[in-house]
Amino acid sequence: MTVTGSGAVTARGAVTTGGALPAGEYDVTVVGAGVVGTAIARELARLPLRIALVDAADDVGEGTSKANTAILHTGFDAVPGSLESRLVRDGYRLLSAYAAETGIPVEPLGALLVAWDEEQLAALPGLAEKAVRNGYHAARIVPAAEVRAREPELGPGALGALDVPGESVVCSWTTPLAYATQAVRSGVHLHLNCRVRNVLSDQAHTLVTSRGPLRTRYLVNAAGLYADEIDRLLGHEDFAVTPRRGQLIVFDELARGLVRHILLPVPGALGKGVLVSPTVYGNVMLGPTAEDLDDKTDTGSTAGGLALLREKGRRILPALLEEEVTAVYAGLRAATGDDDYAIRSHPAQRYVTAGGIRSTGLTASMAIAAHVVELLAEAGLAVSGAREPVPVRMPNLGEAFLRPYRDAGLIARDPEYGRIVCHCERVTRGEIRDALASTVPPGSPDGLRRRTRARAGRCQGFHCGAAVRALFEEGRG
Amino acid sequence: MSRDRGVDVLVVGAGPAGLAVAARLAGAGAGRVEVLERDQEPGGIPRRCRHGGFGDPVRPWLDGPAYVRQALRAATAAGATVRTGVSATGWAGPLTLETTSPAGLERITARAVVLATGARERPRSARLVPGTRPAGVLTTGELQQSVHLYGQDIGRRAVVVGAEPVARHAVHTLRRAGAQVVAMVTDRPRGAAVPGVPLLTATTLGELHGRGRLSGVTVRHADGRCGILTCDTVVFTGDWIPDHELARRGGVAVDPGTRGPSVDASFRTSAPGVFAVGNLLHGVERAATAAAEGHAAAVPVLARLSGEPWPEPGPVLTVRAPLLWVAPNRLTDPGRRPLLLRSGEPLTAPVLTAAQDGRLLWRRRFPVRMAPSRSLRLASAWTDRVDRSGGPVVLGIG
Repeated sequence: MTVTGSGAVTARGAVTTGGALPAGEYDVTVVGAGVVGTAIARELARLPLRIALVDAADDVGEGTSKANTAILHTGFDAVPGSLESRLVRDGYRLLSAYAAETGIPVEPLGALLVAWDEEQLAALPGLAEKAVRNGYHAARIVPAAEVRAREPELGPGALGALDVPGESVVCSWTTPLAYATQAVRSGVHLHLNCRVRNVLSDQAHTLVTSRGPLRTRYLVNAAGLYADEIDRLLGHEDFAVTPRRGQLIVFDELARGLVRHILLPVPGALGKGVLVSPTVYGNVMLGPTAEDLDDKTDTGSTAGGLALLREKGRRILPALLEEEVTAVYAGLRAATGDDDYAIRSHPAQRYVTAGGIRSTGLTASMAIAAHVVELLAEAGLAVSGAREPVPVRMPNLGEAFLRPYRDAGLIARDPEYGRIVCHCERVTRGEIRDALASTVPPGSPDGLRRRTRARAGRCQGFHCGAAVRALFEEGRG
Repeated sequence: MSRDRGVDVLVVGAGPAGLAVAARLAGAGAGRVEVLERDQEPGGIPRRCRHGGFGDPVRPWLDGPAYVRQALRAATAAGATVRTGVSATGWAGPLTLETTSPAGLERITARAVVLATGARERPRSARLVPGTRPAGVLTTGELQQSVHLYGQDIGRRAVVVGAEPVARHAVHTLRRAGAQVVAMVTDRPRGAAVPGVPLLTATTLGELHGRGRLSGVTVRHADGRCGILTCDTVVFTGDWIPDHELARRGGVAVDPGTRGPSVDASFRTSAPGVFAVGNLLHGVERAATAAAEGHAAAVPVLARLSGEPWPEPGPVLTVRAPLLWVAPNRLTDPGRRPLLLRSGEPLTAPVLTAAQDGRLLWRRRFPVRMAPSRSLRLASAWTDRVDRSGGPVVLGIG
């Protein structure tokens, strides 16, 4: 395996970030290295095939996936009978097992859907029943007193809640990275900074990319916000992606003690609403907003959005607003007019689209991948000779698990794990070194942050910014 | 698998306050005095400052690093041990800190702990400035390190947010790094301009623009006028918050105004045996002020070591708007130390009052201008009139 800026590729997997793409034909190419695309690439990597994964960005998970609410959903509230319902349910099981195996941090905190008015309270039995129809049997309604006992800092006025003990928080940064790492180590070619501009199809597909042509027999579209545009290049107008912006506020780790569960809103006519949730990094997230936009690049936060979140947050958890804000960000979900995923196979074209995958895509990713590979097989892709992918173990970013700065044995073996560079997040030089030398190295300091938490903390670089940047530049040089 | 050790005094933070308290304590024979510094070098914020004006009295030629060398020399010459690259990561007991360093994990138990963890500037996110998240967005602290300690490239056109002294230092640092400072922006009606840099007063930063790299900022004047300043760098200055994580994780009570540990005039926190000094108590004051607090804290720390009991906390001292905070803010031992008082708005010749349980304790006119960027120093003799078993004492205007 090699990492190269020139485009040279060895027989095994590779990551390229510039230069011409390798000649020859891939068996399957996946467009989009978000959580769905990387999961598909990983699933395909089991097969003795030549696989490519391409993305316009300089890193995996750089689009919608990096700004997810990072909840591992049970699927209790999906539309019963939908493809999403099935894939979320299966994906929950698959990702839970995969996380345990690879070290993706998951915390099974459970969720409470808190009812703040009579209408919401009246909606709880229906939601409990819906959960059963989605194959989830552990949800139950809890009275106000129990809600209060379990969440002492909750604002006044909670009338009751639906308890969904299976809902968990997961690391949305490590997940696509684990998939991509495993895919590359198992032979997949990951081509970054590689924007698909056109697709010419005859016997095979020729992707016209910003780095030149790429030939492939089968094509998978996992382009997230741009899935409809790729679809149009293949002659399909099945759905249109309307970016739905979600702004989020992340509060300081010192706020973590204020909340014990994922506090979900009761969905109403105006959508899913704003939640308060601990994160696996040990802080507390408030959001998201839901704004339908036209611009697929508009990931800016707005004064109005932040004010709305603060107003909602004050109702749910008043003490949270007294804590310091660590980060503000906005992500775009790939919403379509439809209530379900837009996963479509076009066997004659040897083409599958995984479109319309919204925030549940993180949970469902492995099930989506398995489903997409089945569709490819039905379209004629040879799927014999599958083997287990090379096992991977990801660095732990989760605060609930042993992090290197607390690991005496690790520090004794390598003192670089005792040299803290980012003080707020306690990221060591050893971890930064490892990330820079990893299978899928970061393309920017932001990518380094998603691999280590460096610079993700309350000071946002006041103390460590220059040092982290220096290490990044040094590691890249 | 931590090693356990004991010392007499453990000081967390080797900035001006931490080094000062360690120097005094070691010099006074307090026993083993150990200072932990998480950075690779001691000195705290002055280490990043290449401007003169450090020292007490102020010496125009004395820059931050030279000041740090003096302070470090004083501490080590007195017999204190200063250990760098050692992070205090949490508490294993009321006076036991957990540490991480390349040498491994330790649990260090002290007879007294002095927190001197300093302050930092609130970054863009904490100020809820909306927009995209491009590169080129810094605080002064990061700017100074980037330029002075790492020699990194800064952009070509910069906007500085703030007009306090630290903002002027940011302007000088930017210029030294070869950047043009397009404007200083302050939401206050007035501010001291730097020659050659337009100062936009009564103006807030509306939004940041740009993908990858910053391309501009929207500015909004109080009268409603808006505009976009083209720039590739923006530096958020001032708006200090104490680095209070360790204090809070140790259950030390925090004052709502300063956001630093609530302390009495002897720097005693709510946790017996735990003292707090320097900018951790109130956000940024001059290094000399922080060092003076460190020096002064040595006396009560020594008293603690010789067995003086930890007193009841005494009444809280709080402020009413437009005052922001006062430190110290517990009235255990009145009349000992001057009080630092900060206002959120400029005030001309303010009349300050102190009242407890509806009773006026003190009233005085100060024939000065109080600026939001500078603390007013109050003599505290009047605090003798405080009823030690009474309710909160409130400082207000008029």
